[in-house]
Amino acid sequence: MSATTPPSVGDTAGLLTLAETVLAQTLPGEHLEVFVGRGRSTSVRVYGGEVESLTSSSASGVGIRVVTDRRQGFAWAGTLEPDIVRDVLDDARDNARFGEPDEFQGLAEPDGVEAVDQDLWHDAVLSLPVADKIDLALRLEQATLSRDPRIRRVRNAVYGDGSGEAAIASTTGIRASWRSTSSRLAVSAIAEDGDETYVGAFGDAGRDHLELDLEDVADQASARAVRLFGARAVPSQRLSVVLEPRMAATVLGIAAGMLSGERVLKGRSPFADRRGEQIAAPAVTLVDDPTDSRSYGADTFDGEGLACRRNELIVDGVLRGFLHNSYTGRRSGAGSTGSAVRGFRSTPGVGHLALALTPGDRAVDELVAGVDRGVLVQSMTGLHSGVNAVSGDFSVGIEGVMIRDGVLGEPVREVTIGSTLQRLLLDVVAVGADLEWLPGGSASSTLVIGDVSLGGT
Amino acid sequence: MIDESVVSHVLGTALRTGGEFAEVYAEDKRSSGALLDDGKVEELTSGRDRGAGIRVVVGETTGFAHTADLSEAGLTAAAEAAAAAARGGGGGVRTVALTRRQVSRGYDIEVFPDTVGKADKVALLTRADETARAEAGAITQVSARYADSRKRILVANSDGVLTGDEIVRTLFWVSCVATGDTGMQTGRESVGHTVGFELFDRYDVEDLARRAARRAITKLEARPAPSGQMPVVIGSGGGGVLFHEACGHGLEADLVAKGASVFRDRVGEQVASPLVTLVDDGTMAREWGNIAVDDEGHPAQRNVLIQDGVLTDYLWDHLRARKEGRSSSGNGRRESYQHLPMVRMTNTYLLAGADDPDDIVSSTDHGVFIRQLGGGQVNTATGDFVFGMTEAYLIEGGRVTEPLREGNLIGNGPEVLNRIDAVGTDFAMGPPGTCGKDGQGVPVGDGVPTLRVTSLTIGGTAAS
Repeated sequence: MSATTPPSVGDTAGLLTLAETVLAQTLPGEHLEVFVGRGRSTSVRVYGGEVESLTSSSASGVGIRVVTDRRQGFAWAGTLEPDIVRDVLDDARDNARFGEPDEFQGLAEPDGVEAVDQDLWHDAVLSLPVADKIDLALRLEQATLSRDPRIRRVRNAVYGDGSGEAAIASTTGIRASWRSTSSRLAVSAIAEDGDETYVGAFGDAGRDHLELDLEDVADQASARAVRLFGARAVPSQRLSVVLEPRMAATVLGIAAGMLSGERVLKGRSPFADRRGEQIAAPAVTLVDDPTDSRSYGADTFDGEGLACRRNELIVDGVLRGFLHNSYTGRRSGAGSTGSAVRGFRSTPGVGHLALALTPGDRAVDELVAGVDRGVLVQSMTGLHSGVNAVSGDFSVGIEGVMIRDGVLGEPVREVTIGSTLQRLLLDVVAVGADLEWLPGGSASSTLVIGDVSLGGT
Repeated sequence: MIDESVVSHVLGTALRTGGEFAEVYAEDKRSSGALLDDGKVEELTSGRDRGAGIRVVVGETTGFAHTADLSEAGLTAAAEAAAAAARGGGGGVRTVALTRRQVSRGYDIEVFPDTVGKADKVALLTRADETARAEAGAITQVSARYADSRKRILVANSDGVLTGDEIVRTLFWVSCVATGDTGMQTGRESVGHTVGFELFDRYDVEDLARRAARRAITKLEARPAPSGQMPVVIGSGGGGVLFHEACGHGLEADLVAKGASVFRDRVGEQVASPLVTLVDDGTMAREWGNIAVDDEGHPAQRNVLIQDGVLTDYLWDHLRARKEGRSSSGNGRRESYQHLPMVRMTNTYLLAGADDPDDIVSSTDHGVFIRQLGGGQVNTATGDFVFGMTEAYLIEGGRVTEPLREGNLIGNGPEVLNRIDAVGTDFAMGPPGTCGKDGQGVPVGDGVPTLRVTSLTIGGTAAS
């Protein structure tokens, strides 16, 4: 293969060859890591029975990390053109001169963990004709509109799919390449009645279009819009909060971020010294397991080319460990947990890939029936503005339905719920049996959390 | 970036399947950054993005394709893909005659960041780190980031427009962690302008570092914010995110057209207190949301959205304006060549009023004073919006007293706009922001004078 002709889609080994071509230019005394990424995607957006936009994307790029005398430099480009890749290598080398030496700085080294072979690449999605993609989006819009006369239109009904490929080669002996496909449907239903308008959004994801449940997306989006009619703010009070699986996964995702080895080592995690201690209610067991193919976050290798693996974070409420990339693994002495996350535009960070909460044994109806005074939360806003993962302060706007004496009551909006992330974990009262594998890559079931402040009238 | 005759040819190819409108948007962007964290200069990075997005419109349908290959062959392939996506009826060969439109941003970049040595950029980080740590022993962690970008764009379309822009932005950011008996707290400061390295003639990184450090230290003493409704005073330059969320997004014509805005069909009506005059202004020199042309080649404009409380106009991009038979307001923006443009804000701000800022606080018996807002989010259909407070205090007996912990506030846009009962004389722009919509982020600015809202819901944890 010539370096000037990019390998064809799906030829992930060809990407690795390309990475090795760059690696061959390593100079004595330096360590080099070459990350090559490529993605293709199609997205169809429909509105009012017509295609509003049809986008076809292809993007590829390279990120090069140079470590010389324990100093790191990095450069990237959104192209694989050989001239530019050469400039990227020069830039990365030059940048390394300005990094400060750090005894733990360096590239990942092979650690003997075998990659789990998973079925993440589905050819079916690549051969799907565009007309069929348009049809899926149109059918989703139609199905959503048919659910209730008050659903007057959708803001967007979207079908999208694509493929992602990556390869890494390094002077420390890393050689890895991996690939996956994805497919998704999403809709925002707009419900109108009198002078009230509500939006209900929902989506589904899979490795290909055959895994998508179009009817369920339409059901869920329309139900969420329609059930808010008459919603009002309620008085401020303390109550229980019932988080739908998607909302629970969002909160658990923020909590898991606080268990990143980087936050821990750099003094930005309130859980830094809590290993082995009870940080959550005993009902909470949380793992990050990208080797579980049921997860949309499943993957083969991490962003440094180490095999993905199952990591226990919280077991029966006890903090078991933190996530690490090779740098934080070396510095902490714990070793990498295969949790480097990145694209070609950045150096490896640390993060979770496929969080999964272990489900409880009670159905959602039973959970609701057990709540005297609470609120079922179907959407949260302001996660980036009212949640601080360092202090743990947690405050978000919500929409949902009030629960009184175990029965769902009136809808509510324009209120907030507040606590701290530390308290939320400890205040978990029950975990539902309704485990959902979510489009964001996490798996969660309904969570009931006691004693949260609601800010309202 | 691309030869004029090639652009013209590519537009012709894009129209071959019967397109009514075709556009080429090309960009070449170089960026550099440096990060100091945990007491060390961790890394310097350099980035390069270059490519073109081509869109073709037929009836209600837009076809879009992009490529990183700016050769004639690469652009032609993308044009064919976009044209195929937006297949129309007729077709045939159309030639597009282009007229170059010169634009000016009205000021010059003084020091292009790529002419500044890396050591000088790194020195800024080190100074910020040392200053913040010297502020108090309670400062246990400091992170500082420098970033610059230089982006050339070219926009050409089948209406014959050919124009371009060069946008230089420089950003500096410092974040501190303070640790005390109550746990950890954070303080952050950032400055960013559409300028070069001269940013640092105007701002002192030591001053920023001190302010970030003090903000974190102050919050160690903070008590839980109240929960419930009370008057809220927002300080000058604390951030116009209130207006960005309360009505800015709801005035975007694409959301209005789909009935997804609480402000639909309300032009000419009183939608806010008479004290409110709100402007979106892409021409504001050097501000973070400054543009000479938007990403559809339309010159930036100053648009009055609300005049003395009356809704005067929405924000428009090319497609929405074309449908309504009017001109764009210069608000068609996109994150990069890989994205379709849509209606976006630029610099959105509330004009100064007549009230003495000190009087606004002293005439508030009990409430919350917010010196620095965080981000926000809105549901444009209901008008409900939230915004964060990153530095806030209680007001008791007309005086600013104890600091409060972080949290969100929630309100309803049309209601809150009508509850503004005081607007100060002390206008100032706030820190640089990134506005997200449908997965695309674009740089925006905002600004406010000191103002008061008679009632907003505070999302704290203490009873009010």
